[in-house]
Amino acid sequence: MILDGKAPKGPIEQTWDKHRFEMKLVNPANKRKYKILVVGTGLAGASAAASLGELGYNVEAFCYQDSPRRAHSIAAQGGINAAKNYPNDGDSIYRLFYDTIKGGDFRAREPDVWRLAQVSNNIIDQCVAQGIPFARDYSGYLDNRSFGGAQVSRTFYARGQTGQQLLLGAYSALSRQIKLGTVKMFPRTEMLDLVVVDGEAKAITVRDLITGEIRVHTGDAVLLCTGGYVNVFYLSTNAMGCSVTAIWKAYKKGAFFANPCYTQIHPTCIPQSGDYQSKLTLMSESLRNDGRCWVPKKKEDARKFANEIPESDRDYYLERKYPSFGNLAPRDIASRAAKEQCDDGRGVGPGGRGVYLDFKDSIARLGEDTIRERYGNLFEMYERITDENGYKVPMRIYPAPHYAMGGLWVDYNLMSNLPGLFVLGEANFSVHGANRLGASALMQGLADGYFVIPYTIAHYLAQTKPGKVKADHPECLKSIDEVKGTAKKLLGINGNRTVTEFIRELGTLVWENCGMARSKESLTEAIAKIPAIREEFWKNVKVPGTGEEFNQQLENAGRTADFLEFAELLCRDALHRNESCGGHFRVEYQYPDGEAKRDDENYCYSAAWEWKGVDREPELHKEPLTFEFVKLAVRSYK
Amino acid sequence: MQLLSNTVGRKVLMAITGLFMLLFVAVHLLGNTSIFAGPGGINAYAAKLHGLGPFVWVFRLFMGAMLAIHVLFGVLLTLENSAANPGKYAVKKMLKATFASETMIWTGLLLLCFLGYHLAQFTLRVTPDIGDLSRAVRPGDVFTMVKTSFHVTWISLVYIAAMVVLFLHLSHGIQSIFQSLGLSNDKALPQYERYGKLLSALFLLGYCSIPVLILAGFGIFAR
Amino acid sequence: MSAHAEEHKTMTLKLIVWRQPGPKQPGRFETYTAKNITEHHSFLEMLDVVNEDLIKEGKDPISFDHDCREGICGMCSTVVNGMAHGGQERTTVCQLHMRKFKDGDTIYLEPWRARAFPILKDLVVDRGALDKVIQAGGYTSCHTGGVPDANAIPISKAEADYSMDAAECIGCGACVAACPNGAAMLFTGAKVSQFAALPQGQVEAPERVARMIQAMQECGFGNCTNHYECQAACPKGIHVKFIARMNREFLKALFRAKSGSHTFIGE
Ligand SMILES: Cc1cc2nc3c(=O)[nH]c(=O)nc-3n(C[C@H](O)[C@H](O)[C@H](O)COP(=O)(O)OP(=O)(O)OC[C@H]3O[C@@H](n4cnc5c(N)ncnc54)[C@H](O)[C@@H]3O)c2cc1C
Ligand code: HEM
Ligand code: HEM
Ligand code: SF4
Ligand code: F3S
Ligand code: FES
Repeated sequence: MILDGKAPKGPIEQTWDKHRFEMKLVNPANKRKYKILVVGTGLAGASAAASLGELGYNVEAFCYQDSPRRAHSIAAQGGINAAKNYPNDGDSIYRLFYDTIKGGDFRAREPDVWRLAQVSNNIIDQCVAQGIPFARDYSGYLDNRSFGGAQVSRTFYARGQTGQQLLLGAYSALSRQIKLGTVKMFPRTEMLDLVVVDGEAKAITVRDLITGEIRVHTGDAVLLCTGGYVNVFYLSTNAMGCSVTAIWKAYKKGAFFANPCYTQIHPTCIPQSGDYQSKLTLMSESLRNDGRCWVPKKKEDARKFANEIPESDRDYYLERKYPSFGNLAPRDIASRAAKEQCDDGRGVGPGGRGVYLDFKDSIARLGEDTIRERYGNLFEMYERITDENGYKVPMRIYPAPHYAMGGLWVDYNLMSNLPGLFVLGEANFSVHGANRLGASALMQGLADGYFVIPYTIAHYLAQTKPGKVKADHPECLKSIDEVKGTAKKLLGINGNRTVTEFIRELGTLVWENCGMARSKESLTEAIAKIPAIREEFWKNVKVPGTGEEFNQQLENAGRTADFLEFAELLCRDALHRNESCGGHFRVEYQYPDGEAKRDDENYCYSAAWEWKGVDREPELHKEPLTFEFVKLAVRSYK
Repeated sequence: MQLLSNTVGRKVLMAITGLFMLLFVAVHLLGNTSIFAGPGGINAYAAKLHGLGPFVWVFRLFMGAMLAIHVLFGVLLTLENSAANPGKYAVKKMLKATFASETMIWTGLLLLCFLGYHLAQFTLRVTPDIGDLSRAVRPGDVFTMVKTSFHVTWISLVYIAAMVVLFLHLSHGIQSIFQSLGLSNDKALPQYERYGKLLSALFLLGYCSIPVLILAGFGIFAR
Repeated sequence: MSAHAEEHKTMTLKLIVWRQPGPKQPGRFETYTAKNITEHHSFLEMLDVVNEDLIKEGKDPISFDHDCREGICGMCSTVVNGMAHGGQERTTVCQLHMRKFKDGDTIYLEPWRARAFPILKDLVVDRGALDKVIQAGGYTSCHTGGVPDANAIPISKAEADYSMDAAECIGCGACVAACPNGAAMLFTGAKVSQFAALPQGQVEAPERVARMIQAMQECGFGNCTNHYECQAACPKGIHVKFIARMNREFLKALFRAKSGSHTFIGE
């Protein structure tokens, strides 16, 4: 089937305004008759729930943490983009639109990206009004910093905690609505199934993580704002609880999953120190502004102390390979380069999985104080984790899974192919194409929640009767039984391997075979091995305790079970896409200099997969991409 | 009324009442040091005070009220706090709290007891160590009265002990006033803490010097 | 040292952990040994190791809250040897590393203990009270949309930085856990101060401080007697000057109420 994104046509500048006018409205008196279920209260979910509650809808919001304030948006460090052009350096909505399309390696829908760029400015206004203490200069006006993939300075930030401050802003707006009673919040509640009635999403089945109670919540529309899935690699910069579960359950109920193979690997993370490790910590990319990446030229030097290796024996590989961009080469390129060096046996640190990020020269040039001023908190974090002083010995860094560009397929209204099911934030596939630019995810989450969904959801609701489905509907009861069944099954197996052992095994496999560099061989191998792991999991996993209590092992088991199915789809998508673009790098498809080689002839489309059952191949649906305003071009950073 | 019901309001009351009592303690110390000027000094001072007539009572009522409020809310705060913190940590390591800060209620109550005794002794003059003459004539010869009492070793010791208690209470209390009234910030707080302790120490020395010197039968205090 | 990072000796530790099946059931201490721990394990990774062993032995693993494991979400919450988050300056327990301990050490693990934080299971407590305090007024009541341009109101860098210092709070509740009075003054003071310092926060300042303090009381938090333990335990180093600021804002609100410029809730 050929999918239609229902994006408005015509001059790009007018698409959103025109569309906004053409959409239907719900009359104020009727709003409270509609109940909206918002799953996830990160930037996307919290901003959506707050805005919809304020409009008068009857909202129920859910998150698995003990408070909405802890969603993983909190971890974002760098900043958020907006086309304000405050620095007067030639930025504009059009340029942000252009950069995002190009940065995404021409794999996103133009009008969606335009809308994002257009509302980006409202986001900053909104956040400032909420009392978010953005960084300011001495004039008292907002300060900007520059970020990868752009020649203009358009990134707004709050120290190294931009995501935290933006989330707390959305959380405060949400809290206000909770107090007013328009939003009912359900923390420590995990969505474990989507209920679809007559093809429309009308309810969710959840588990109360404290009591273990499994119940259904019905509504007139369901919003999934459940974040990214890169924990499929086990070790990533995501929080331990981040999972694919919510969108995977929706996928299994008929929602299409688009471009799963577009995953972003972040070049500057603290390397793994041992196999007991549970997660990886990111350090802001800004470090690459002053640090130089190198590895020893000789393999045998890799075990030596960094400072014992003479200048002449150091290989500053990024500067060597990309003379013009050097250490500032974009994320995917820098990541892959680091991997090459390590695969070549010249990696440093535990397991030879690391490269040096050296500040010696910039300290010599600017003095330690300047460096401390710029990156002090990062050096502290690095020392807390590694016990090494980055001012004295070079830091060690290694790329880590970081962000998922792929997600559930949505049309221009953020509605999936299932009417009534909307998907916001990192959970959808929309605007970043094959690669996300730094500081654009926060922008997308808030754009979706504050300024897109309030309009587009009305268009859907205006055309449906409220309260169609009650909790005693057969589909609801069926879903409850299914969910209870799965829990019972997991608890019943009582094998002799722990959940963690399985997710670790899966993660390692996916990372090796479908990580930074993918090939036909590696992917076919993975696709062959994953079902085996899955099978053993269902035979041999050990989940202690019962379902009627607070049981973290059971939670992880459920999430792991879903990753075990999802991993296969990830690899299939990667295998089917015979080109390299953005975060998806197939070794077979590269230019002699190692640049990604896109194939616009055959792959200029979004791949949306339809579930056909476990151990059955999913069906591929294509949404062709057309570029009227940004000309398709090879993305080069030489 | 917010000051009475609100947790911060009550803190403010504690601080204000504490502040007045602090001022009294300071003035009282100055007055008392006049004892070193011999009978002439303190007796004249006492006489002057009593000469104020009704004002003395206004003043006494006011201080009484301060003390009552302070004690009332001091006890209330402490009861509420122990309720708010079942706090049965098997091990608890304090990083910043001090002995003084943790014992405010006890040092406070001890001060209350001391006050009772002290007033009975020198104001009501009903304790056995007070001579009939002092009971009869007011203010009379305060110098001899105090001197005779403090020549009794245990009485002096009680006073010295009480002054140590006062020191503890104020070494935390003084900086606490500024924090509670919202008059502190990161720069000022360490100063308040330093000078608060210093002032409390001065009170300790000043007040103790009297029983100590009298007990030692020093100069004019010879038995 | 980086080059030789692998060759580290392992240590064995004795854990004395608070186990409590549920909110109503009584709790008790259980003793476990953590084996093969390296100096590079984070504290929570050490617990992971212990739990893996427990599961294999068919025992119930220790429940503890955690999510980001990088010191920003505020989910982790354990009192280690009598110190909330373990006593390393400006460090959450998920960022605490085992190199701070010696082979053979005995470590006590307890949940946050405060009336306002009922224990759910083992080391997991219910911190919903902190959300209630925010819901009472930890926001500006601006609507989505219809706000002025972000640069319409300049804010001095000093004020913005001060506000950010306060805004760094991660809502972990360690201040409450560490406070001998189970008071949430530092958490609440920080939020009140963040807004008090900004023009956007002025409009509702009096109601905000009054409501948030009232909510704090209703949630069963204690009173402040200026122990400053909260600041010592705070993983973000939030300063008690923000408690003073809250007290000041309270007095301001009180006087403004007297002058009738607004009605003080509760009166
Ligand atoms: C370390 C790090 C640094 C980053 N830095 C930046 C940056 O500088 N700039 C930038 O633009 N982007 C950055 N990003 C990306 C950005 O932070 C995220 O993409 C974005 O915040 C995602 O927001 P979200 O609302 O979509 O999802 P999240 O914030 O992850 O929220 C997910 C929500 O869904 C809930 N949830 C999930 N599953 C379920 C379920 N089954 N049932 C119930 N609830 C569920 C969770 O409880 C949570 O509330 C960074 C990401 C990371 C990991
Ligand atoms: C000479 C008499 C006293 C003086 C000068 C005095 C002084 C002070 C001061 C300055 C404070 C700090 C107020 C604040 O919190 O900001 C204080 C606190 C306190 N006082 Fe007293 N006090 C006296 C007597 C008492 C008595 C008799 C009690 C008995 C209950 C008492 C109990 C307390 C308590 C419980 C506190 C609270 C601790 C705190 O808030 O820091 N005090 N006192
Ligand atoms: C060495 C220490 C002290 C000495 C020698 C001393 C001496 C006296 C004397 C002689 C009087 C009676 C005055 C008169 O009636 O003419 C008096 C009254 C009083 N003292 Fe002290 N005092 C001492 C310490 C204190 C302290 C520490 C406090 C408070 C905490 C205190 C509180 C009072 C009060 C409240 C009165 C009653 C004042 C009045 O008459 O209204 N005294 N003291
Ligand atoms: S003030 Fe500090 S200790 Fe208290 S909740 Fe915030 S971050 Fe945690
Ligand atoms: S420790 Fe507690 S007493 Fe006050 S200063 Fe901090 S809240
Ligand atoms: S787990 Fe997020 S702060 Fe510790």
